Amino acid sequence: MDLSFVIAVEVLYAVASLVLISAGLAVVFGMMKVINLAHGEFMMLGGYTTITAVGLGVNVFVAMLVIAPLVVGLVGLIVERLVIRHLYGRLVDTMLATWGLSLVFIGLATMIFGNTTTGISTPIPGFAVGDYQISGYNFFIIVVAAVLVIAMLAVLRGTRAGLIARGTMQRADIAAALGYSPDRIYMATFFCGSALSGLAGAVLAPLVGLVPTSGGAYIAKAFITVIAGGPSLIAGLLSSATSFGVVNQVFTFAISPVIGEVALLVAAVVLLRLMPQGITGRFFKGKL
Amino acid sequence: MSLNRRDFLGRTAALTTTAMLPTAVFADGTIKLGSILDASGPFDAYGKPMDQAMRMAVAEINEAGGLLGRQVEVTAYDTQSDMALYSQYGQQLTRQDKVDVVHGGILSASREAIRQTMRKTKTLYFYNVLYEGGVCDRNIFINGVTPAQQVEALVPFAMKNSGKKVYILAADYNYGQITARWIQKFVADNGGEVVGTDFFPLDVSDFGSTIAKVQTASPDLVIAPLVGGAHLSFFRQWAAAGMKDKIALASTTLGVGNEHKVLTPEEGNGIMCAYNYSQELNTPENAQFKEKWAAMFDGDQSMHEIAVSHYHGIKTWAEGVRQAGSLDRMAIIEALETGISIMGPGGKVTVDPKTHHAVLDVHLMQMQDQQMKVIETLPQRQPVDTQAVCDLSANPNDNTQYEIQI
Repeated sequence: MDLSFVIAVEVLYAVASLVLISAGLAVVFGMMKVINLAHGEFMMLGGYTTITAVGLGVNVFVAMLVIAPLVVGLVGLIVERLVIRHLYGRLVDTMLATWGLSLVFIGLATMIFGNTTTGISTPIPGFAVGDYQISGYNFFIIVVAAVLVIAMLAVLRGTRAGLIARGTMQRADIAAALGYSPDRIYMATFFCGSALSGLAGAVLAPLVGLVPTSGGAYIAKAFITVIAGGPSLIAGLLSSATSFGVVNQVFTFAISPVIGEVALLVAAVVLLRLMPQGITGRFFKGKL
Repeated sequence: MSLNRRDFLGRTAALTTTAMLPTAVFADGTIKLGSILDASGPFDAYGKPMDQAMRMAVAEINEAGGLLGRQVEVTAYDTQSDMALYSQYGQQLTRQDKVDVVHGGILSASREAIRQTMRKTKTLYFYNVLYEGGVCDRNIFINGVTPAQQVEALVPFAMKNSGKKVYILAADYNYGQITARWIQKFVADNGGEVVGTDFFPLDVSDFGSTIAKVQTASPDLVIAPLVGGAHLSFFRQWAAAGMKDKIALASTTLGVGNEHKVLTPEEGNGIMCAYNYSQELNTPENAQFKEKWAAMFDGDQSMHEIAVSHYHGIKTWAEGVRQAGSLDRMAIIEALETGISIMGPGGKVTVDPKTHHAVLDVHLMQMQDQQMKVIETLPQRQPVDTQAVCDLSANPNDNTQYEIQI
């Protein structure tokens, strides 16, 4: 009984961390069609921002939930103004440009923070469930992911800004004809996407040791999740993160961590073979 | 007399140098030491202090008057944590720079990338890093601790402090696999029981399920030959789950790159390990070594296990040259095979003639407030794992890395 609870928490945690890792990319790639190969590096920057801020004496939660998203969002804004805005609609070019960008970020981070692993310890203590001890921080990540999804849903569906953003992504020319500036809207959306990546990096930082190349570990999982999710932003994110999270943890627990990672990739291949348009290309069609 | 352009330039240069240099130096020139290390990139936490250790050892040799009356000159290449560069620079050192000895290589892969080149070109090679054991080649000398030297000491020590049920979490490549087998052997030899073994690819950084799985087996002790930055997360998540005070931890790798200084005291305190070196070793050699290091590198405190092995390696080579009285490769090998010893910051280091590995002290340690406190010293341990498969005095032409069967 205790064990099944622990496993349930681990599965939920795996799903939540996939949601976190992929949320920023879902906005930038899923909505805006910018192949952002620097997504992992945005997360890495979020992590370093948190560690630096905590080192300067800022409360760890403020650093993770406020400062890191803001800083990375601003970095994203600068990147968008300097590079990305010239490349909208040119998929391959955005890919090359952001790949270059990721190398620049890794180089800069190495120069500033050095190449040794750094980190902070998790701010929430673990607790006992029957005979088992589980990490309290896992619950925090589950909560953050849930709040994030609800917030995204609320903004995109409930606010005028969300509506305008969605409309602009679909038909920028019509939005322009209606008097909105697609340039501004793209800029704002990219800011939000970057901020989400920064938040993910920040929240995951206390769990892992951070090096300038840490971003590489996330990029593949983020793309797999977003692509397998398909055209719908939130439904896609949730459905694919759930499928992969469950597959990964069940195999990890039943067999071994190696098989867990392999199972995730096999699941992705099978899924994309059966549903080339992603999960929401077949199910939940037209949902947000 | 026919004189082509190259000969002409060469002779002119030789004449000019003769005129400019004092006779004593001209008679011999310098001794060239080739170094090949990842001084930048993901492995620089290992490589940079190794590079510093090398420079310090060479400076000490030169201050003491050099070798055979000649100064030692370093030709160093930074491989930037890129395996492809090892072959390239290895070739360059032997064919172009024509060095007298090569010290370097960090990962086993980098060692294997250059070992054959060194053998073919008859260049003496020193690899000075803790590794999985089993390399048997007369042209190479190895100073790092091998699994048996370390694990045989660590297992009974850790079991005495915790209990008989052991769970192993290891990195999924040859080092982790082989070390895990040694752990299984020594746990059984000490009357314990291995209740589970899991292997992790080097980029896995989420250990949540594993921690639950370990608890299901409820061992008394977890031994973790985990490697690299991603695996450091395990020690963090273990502490975050509140497991630190429930099940004891030991590691065969944590600390060799000063990882204990990255973990907070809450995460690191109490983890047991066994190495040849710790900054906290209380010996006059170590005090002197640390003082010199800080003076030479601006107060830097990054010396660690692998850097000290590297330092021992260079000092051993120098002693070999001194005793051989020549730079001839075979003469040095034969001199070293007499069982040369040096005293270093990690204690006495002796060349084992049979395997070309080192006989050295292993210290049992426990992490405490970001330090590695020495609890007990086991003197002069033999590399029994490699000795079991390798005998260079019987088979001098051997050229294999044995995968040790246990």
